[in-house]
Amino acid sequence: MSEQIKKFMYINRRAPYGTIYAWESLEVVLIGAAFDQDVHVAFIDDGVYQLLKGQDTSAVDMKNFSPTYQALGDYDVTKLYVEKESLEERGLTLEDLMPLTYEDEDDDWAEKDSIRLMSRAELADIMDEQDILFSF
Amino acid sequence: MAIEANGKTFETDEEGYLTNLGEWESAIAEEMAREDDLELNDEHWEIINFLREYYEEYQIAPAVRVLTKAVGKRLGKEKGNSKYLYSLFPYGPGKQACRFAGLPKPTGCI
Repeated sequence: MSEQIKKFMYINRRAPYGTIYAWESLEVVLIGAAFDQDVHVAFIDDGVYQLLKGQDTSAVDMKNFSPTYQALGDYDVTKLYVEKESLEERGLTLEDLMPLTYEDEDDDWAEKDSIRLMSRAELADIMDEQDILFSF
Repeated sequence: MAIEANGKTFETDEEGYLTNLGEWESAIAEEMAREDDLELNDEHWEIINFLREYYEEYQIAPAVRVLTKAVGKRLGKEKGNSKYLYSLFPYGPGKQACRFAGLPKPTGCI
């Protein structure tokens, strides 16, 4: 078995509710985090809705799992990319998203933002660097 | 499967985790501990209550290494290590303590 750390990217393209993809993706990210790989998570197209503030699922009979994104930092998942064009096309800005942070162990536990706004072109470059892509 | 506590019957899954989180009461934890030959003291309860609060906040049961780190941060370094947590919960602080707390099996526990 190789000890080499691989770059994993989980790509989320769908709205959080209505299908199980977003929740399944989040669970896979959390489970995968146990393997000490270099984890990246991207939110593209309707996937940006997964990070929206103030989600309320009382009318759709699905668990509101949006608080779980706040735990990603505890799981050392700290690279969350949001595609700028996808936000703009939906009339959203970073202000509409939940603030997600992590504590940087190498910087005296300073609290830092996990969400990084990326243009479509920048994100394409990051995808190109990955060893493994999971699409949800 | 099921567990009897406080004169009532509560449904559990095949690994003994409570099926319906909302039904949890402290008597369930005490009964589960008794079946595991443990008697719960204040130190156990501190972790069980911590897990319930963690679930309330994040909607997941933390993996053991996340729990260890979070306990260290919240309850102090001398408690945030696996030696301490395993001394309380010999079957694994993630799995056993989460079960007592009425949570599902930890996400990221393999």
